[in-house]
Amino acid sequence: MAKVNLNREPMSKQDPKTRGKNFNEVALGYSAEQAKAEASRCLQDPKHPCTDGCPVGIYIPGFIKAVLDGNMPEAVRILKDKNSLPGICGRVCPQETQCEQACILAKKGAPIAIGRLERYVADWERAHPEIREQQKERISFNGKKVAIVGSGPAGLTCAADLAKLGYRVTIFEALHVAGGVLMYGIPEFRLPKTIVQGEVDYVKSLGVDIKLNHVIGKIATVDELLNDGFDAVFLAPGAGAPMFLDIPGENLTGIYSANEFLTRTNLMKAYRFPEYDTPIQVGRRVAVFGAGNVAMDASRCALRLGAEQVYIIYRRSRAEMPARLEERENAEEEGVVFKLLTNPSKFIGDERGRVRAVELYEMALGEPDASGRARPIRKPGSEFVMEIDTAIPALGTRPNPIIPSTTKGLELTKWGTVLTDEVTGRTSRDRVWCGGDMATGAATVISAMGAGRRAATDIDARLRNRLAL
Amino acid sequence: MFRIIYRQTLAAKIHLFKIEAPAIARKAQAGQFVVVRIDDRGERIPLTLADWDAREGSVTVVFMEVGATTRRLALLKAGDSIADLVGPLGVPTHIDKFGTVVCVAGGVGVAPITPIARALKEKGNRIISILGARCKDLLFWEDKLRSVSHQLIVTTDDGTYGRKGVVTEPLKELLESGEKVDRVIAVGPSIMMKFCAQTTKPFGVKTIVSLNPIMVDGTGMCGCCRVSVGGVTKFACVDGPDFDGHQVDWDLLFARQRTYLNEEKRSFEQQQAQVRKCS
Repeated sequence: MAKVNLNREPMSKQDPKTRGKNFNEVALGYSAEQAKAEASRCLQDPKHPCTDGCPVGIYIPGFIKAVLDGNMPEAVRILKDKNSLPGICGRVCPQETQCEQACILAKKGAPIAIGRLERYVADWERAHPEIREQQKERISFNGKKVAIVGSGPAGLTCAADLAKLGYRVTIFEALHVAGGVLMYGIPEFRLPKTIVQGEVDYVKSLGVDIKLNHVIGKIATVDELLNDGFDAVFLAPGAGAPMFLDIPGENLTGIYSANEFLTRTNLMKAYRFPEYDTPIQVGRRVAVFGAGNVAMDASRCALRLGAEQVYIIYRRSRAEMPARLEERENAEEEGVVFKLLTNPSKFIGDERGRVRAVELYEMALGEPDASGRARPIRKPGSEFVMEIDTAIPALGTRPNPIIPSTTKGLELTKWGTVLTDEVTGRTSRDRVWCGGDMATGAATVISAMGAGRRAATDIDARLRNRLAL
Repeated sequence: MFRIIYRQTLAAKIHLFKIEAPAIARKAQAGQFVVVRIDDRGERIPLTLADWDAREGSVTVVFMEVGATTRRLALLKAGDSIADLVGPLGVPTHIDKFGTVVCVAGGVGVAPITPIARALKEKGNRIISILGARCKDLLFWEDKLRSVSHQLIVTTDDGTYGRKGVVTEPLKELLESGEKVDRVIAVGPSIMMKFCAQTTKPFGVKTIVSLNPIMVDGTGMCGCCRVSVGGVTKFACVDGPDFDGHQVDWDLLFARQRTYLNEEKRSFEQQQAQVRKCS
């Protein structure tokens, strides 16, 4: 047997000094040689633990083998068989806790860079549109219609799966472009918007109709959709209302929820104001509260918008930070400063109602709490004031009230999310499924895609039975 | 794309657009708003509905040129289209049989208050409307508001039409006259709504105001439009836009509305520069 190669092929990135000033993609992707070199490391384990670690079950050794053989159309076919959005997943999936964690080489500290290879294949496909044409499946309409609420990762995945099975799918999107969090949330430098639109175009090419500017619960209710000829509804409206810190002064101007800050920047392109009409204010010193991926995105956007000092303020320690390691490293490399074991007590405004400082205090770690993480405890007398121009709470979201308040009989959990069967995506309402952040609370792109896939499978099973009856 | 089927300039820098939007027109209710985006570079701005016609499939908005977007909007003609129109958003105004309702409209506020007065009148309320403007030339829809009111009082700040003064004066007199007023609804500039709420407070008359903070998505996702009502943070887009005027933190609203004044100036200068380039 060939000697195991433990040298993961690195992927080149923009230099931290220059990239902190532009919105171009940070990671530059593999060349064909790099991709083959990385693919050659795969041991092709017939038990493929990587596939089991993938929430959508991609046959990973198969597509890696195709890359190694230089058979790119086959690599594309294998990927797309299970994943309609590979260009997105290759960039934003937390592979290190999924497929790559399951890789047998992970034990040796050098799992195959599956995410980078996935990205390589997806980018190759985008550069070869004729392949998409050739691989286009002939789909015949099975006579059933499904409405999907939201065109984020859950909605797009569910739509693609059902369309391939012959369903006529209509997606209702509240915003003026399709893609949900992939468009408004994740920044251009991590996930270029042309990539997202390329994947959306693929879903459309399957016959999926996307109706933009449609807020379900307002322009039509879930019940109206069911009465208007849709056989099933899949709810995937995404993360809802942003949470704030619940401390004095947090409605001062200059305090943006991460959702607003990112929406202005990414969706509305405020970084190109006044060429684009939507403004944003950043100032010199920015404090981002929270340490998840969204906090990292917001802090890195703030830098690129011209801030001189950007702080991540987090009440626990580095070990508990929920953001992906890669994102934390990227942020620090670019100059974001982590102020750990620190928590805010109030914002201080100027005479015009604009934030000018935040009062912080230090924390110490105590015994583990219900989440299993060390409980942070306030250090008495540790208060201090930090001057800031902008504050960005990135603390997660609460479910949006529009659909629950207009859908009778839709049961909710105590957190306000839609009560959803984890395996099937079924809700308390007949013919209504749910998935993504609306079902689970804020989570990852790939977990939303997994939910979209499971719901599509169950919708198909249910509607087929109905056909049989 | 959403086609403008009719446009009219109602007064200096105040325009009416009737826009083709059948699905929105079918669902619209008094007090709701739409979010408008002119084109790919446009920002999203909320405009309260002034009217809608389900049979024709249209919604009507009235706006004043105050910022970059409304100035650009004003350049559009009948037959032109805007890229995006989302709605109907927000919680509709609470319509019930209250008894006597005073509807106070300031400036452009006459447009959104007219369907509110109409709905309240249809419900069997007695409607006393007070319509105020800075001067005669800025008054419009007097007849429309009159047609849905039992009584109409018109004021102008400079006395060029109707009674000289501001809307809070006849409002106060009405309350002092012993007239039984069950509810006041005020729609107009924030400062006017604040003073209406201040006027009615000593009389303990419930006063509903329609807040107009800056918004982005308009669906509860961003929190830009947060306001403080009774000490609790609310999102005007999904919890409002109507709130109890006696509970609103007005200074906070004013401060947040002023957030982008400097940027507005920059946009304006850029627009002017472009206009010069064209000529």
